[in-house]
Amino acid sequence: MEQAPADRERLPQPAPLEPLGRRAAGLESVAGAEAERARDEGPGDGMMTENNFWLKKIEISVSEAEKRTGRNAMNMQETYTAYLIETRSVEHIDGQSVLTDSLWRRYSEFELLRNYLLVYYPHIVVPPLPEKRAEFVWHKLSADNMDPDFVERRRIGLENFLLRVASHPILCRDKIFYLFLTQEGNWKETVNETGFQLKADSRLKALNATFRVKNPDKRFTELKHYSDELQSVISHLLRVRARVADRLYGVYKVHGNYGRVFSEWSAIEKEMGDGLQSAGHHMDVYASSIDDILEDEEHYADQLKEYLFYAEALRAVCRKHELTQYDLEMAAQDLASKKQQCEELATGTVRTFSLKGMTTKLFGQETPEQREARIKVLEEQINEGEQQLKSKNLEGREFVKNAWADIERFKEQKNRDLKEALISYAIMQISMCKKGIQVWTNAKECFSKM
Amino acid sequence: MGTLGGAGLAAAACGARTLGMEGERRASQARSSGLPAGGAGGESPGGDAPLPGSSGSSALLQAEVLDLDEDEDDLEVFSKDASLMDMNSFSPMMPTSPLSMINQVKFEDEPDLKDLFITVDEPESHVTTIETFITYRIITKTSRGEFDSSEFEVRRRYQDFLWLKEKLEEAHPTLIIPPLPEKFIVKGMVERFNDDFIETRRKALHKFLNRIADHPTLTFNEDFKVFLTAQAWELSSHKKQGPGLFSRMGQTVRAVALSMRGVKSRPEEFMEMNNFIEIFSQKINLIDKISQRIYKEQREYLDEMKEYGPIHILWSASEEDLVDSLKGVASCLDKCCKTTEERMSGLSEALLPVIHEYVLYSEMLMGVMKRRDQIQAELDSKVEALTSKKADTDLLTEEIGKLEDKVECANNALKADWERWKQNMQNDIKSAFTNMAEENIHYYEQCLATWESFLTSQTDLHLEEDSEDKL
Repeated sequence: MEQAPADRERLPQPAPLEPLGRRAAGLESVAGAEAERARDEGPGDGMMTENNFWLKKIEISVSEAEKRTGRNAMNMQETYTAYLIETRSVEHIDGQSVLTDSLWRRYSEFELLRNYLLVYYPHIVVPPLPEKRAEFVWHKLSADNMDPDFVERRRIGLENFLLRVASHPILCRDKIFYLFLTQEGNWKETVNETGFQLKADSRLKALNATFRVKNPDKRFTELKHYSDELQSVISHLLRVRARVADRLYGVYKVHGNYGRVFSEWSAIEKEMGDGLQSAGHHMDVYASSIDDILEDEEHYADQLKEYLFYAEALRAVCRKHELTQYDLEMAAQDLASKKQQCEELATGTVRTFSLKGMTTKLFGQETPEQREARIKVLEEQINEGEQQLKSKNLEGREFVKNAWADIERFKEQKNRDLKEALISYAIMQISMCKKGIQVWTNAKECFSKM
Repeated sequence: MGTLGGAGLAAAACGARTLGMEGERRASQARSSGLPAGGAGGESPGGDAPLPGSSGSSALLQAEVLDLDEDEDDLEVFSKDASLMDMNSFSPMMPTSPLSMINQVKFEDEPDLKDLFITVDEPESHVTTIETFITYRIITKTSRGEFDSSEFEVRRRYQDFLWLKEKLEEAHPTLIIPPLPEKFIVKGMVERFNDDFIETRRKALHKFLNRIADHPTLTFNEDFKVFLTAQAWELSSHKKQGPGLFSRMGQTVRAVALSMRGVKSRPEEFMEMNNFIEIFSQKINLIDKISQRIYKEQREYLDEMKEYGPIHILWSASEEDLVDSLKGVASCLDKCCKTTEERMSGLSEALLPVIHEYVLYSEMLMGVMKRRDQIQAELDSKVEALTSKKADTDLLTEEIGKLEDKVECANNALKADWERWKQNMQNDIKSAFTNMAEENIHYYEQCLATWESFLTSQTDLHLEEDSEDKL
């Protein structure tokens, strides 16, 4: 198969997979653009696999969820949910889709994939996974991971994740991602073989540690603040929304009691009986309508949650920048100090305190030969240091450039998506109002006939 | 009827809206709509009234006569034994002044002419060394001859209302006396005199008096007249007359003793009535609880919603490109809050007081049934005594004769009033729930309009942006 060039951290990829997803409208143009670029780059870029996806559109869907039992790493029985991922390629001409791959994955494998992507693409805002545990629940919603509604929403969330990755101009080319969709067995081993866990910068995980960076790119500092604000405001919004949903549920459901009592009352009424009875029926309809309404709203909440988690991804990129910058500054500092040391040795002046200097004072001067040797070592180190600094600088600038490009892409996506989400929320409210008008108009008619 | 906004209602002293036949009349409206009906022979379709025994509080002789035709038996019987009943409706009344014409107002449900208008307002707190209490101002406007004047203003406290109710029950044991608001609410009351409580009570008291005024029999009750017109000291001295405490106690003891016997043979129709009352009472109580609960849930929903809008404003501060959308959503949510408040206020004005009044009515009805049963039990016990003792047969027979009349009287009174009450109940319930439905429709329509205009603004922007891109 392919050879992984040694100096590239990324494994070479086939052509970008062009997915058709739910947000087909937005993606079409991106996918189209990618197709252009792919064609331009030609087969010279990366190597092709046996499956040639050039210029073909593919559909990815997480179509089913299944409860399974198995044995975990500690040989204990456990229950988990597996998700069926189906990949279809769509022929341009006739639009028919052919199922090309289908396999089962569980949530932990998605996590593995994402962690891998985080390590290998630190300059990319990596799409988040749906929440591991149900949060922002209101009383009717279950916090149980095995609850069918939760599983269903997670299924949609996982599909969304895959579509996001597949529609990202860079991530979509990743080999491991491709294998995730196509190679059921052994995939975990393959991922682990990349050794990405070792490459992972443990400092990235230590989110609380601060690094004194003297010259961070201002944009990243602002971005970090932004992501903090985004996270805070969306959490708050989701919390309040959950409470509002809870209360609304209460209002609707209590009306259902009218239904029962009206029905019983109608038994003793001659003239009012029919009106009461039929009005009662409408009260029942009203009370039960809230279930669908709130289910739809849950999907809206999920859309917001995605961006809540995206805030973390943004922070991760900022973090990486900070660390890169920190390393750079440390390296520069180190180089400067070595240069100075060298200078001092060469000129014989001691301006800075050094252990060597102290010992010299205490134990006597060193010989000129010794000094020469030291100078030579230092000069070598300085050389190396200068090279390293140069490449670190380059790396840093590359990082900033690439990261910022992706951040711009992300911003546009976010604005589009959030605006759409708000509009869909309005549509939901409109639908709810229309239903309400319908039911109460019917009820009013019944009441007026009493 | 006007729209059911919460705001404009508290305006008139009357408070709540017209609800069916027995609802509050807007006295202020009545004062201004002076349409002389043209002579004593004006419309008085008392005889055609679809509702037997419907409000016959008409000042016109003819209406009176027609009413008499209908309820003649009752009235005849009533006049026989003045100690049992208190009737003074026979005095023929001729409108002596054009003034009497002014207060004739027609309502769709009740073509009869009304000549007694009562309002209850201006609660005032009085503090003495012993106690603190509230009095309410009662204004009565009338064209009836037996009233010395055409307008009266008095102040009454809750105790006085209680006294009136007891007198009415005494005088008319088997009539359905309108219910008084409760003495105090058991739970949830921190302060006896908090504003909401006083206002609710004021409205209920207003309703109480007007219902009496609309009742064909009760409206002519002497104690009622005294209540409406007497000055404070006059009322006190009037209260002291009449059967004393001990005789009242005696009656109660007898009543209890009789009720212990149980009802031997309640006539079929009263069995049905009793059955209805039992089930109705159950159901109306449930509806009362449900309605109160809905109000409470709506209040809690409102409290949460109030936080919801502002978060979007907060968010808009950090999103340049989403400011319009976020602010738009925030504004919609705030408008929905306001509309929710209106909806709640509508509920508490239109539905809750009506349902609650009928909860109290249902208790009242059970009392009426009991009293009817007691009257019958009295007869039954005397009959038993006759058949068993055979002592003093003459006296017993005479007593039985009287009691038989009394029972027949009571039964007929109740039957007539029952029909009237049921009709009113139907109208009131229908009205109340129809209003509730209207409130809800209005609420959803308002919210719909808000969200739709937001949506339009967003999609318009979309189109604008798209066309800009294409340029």
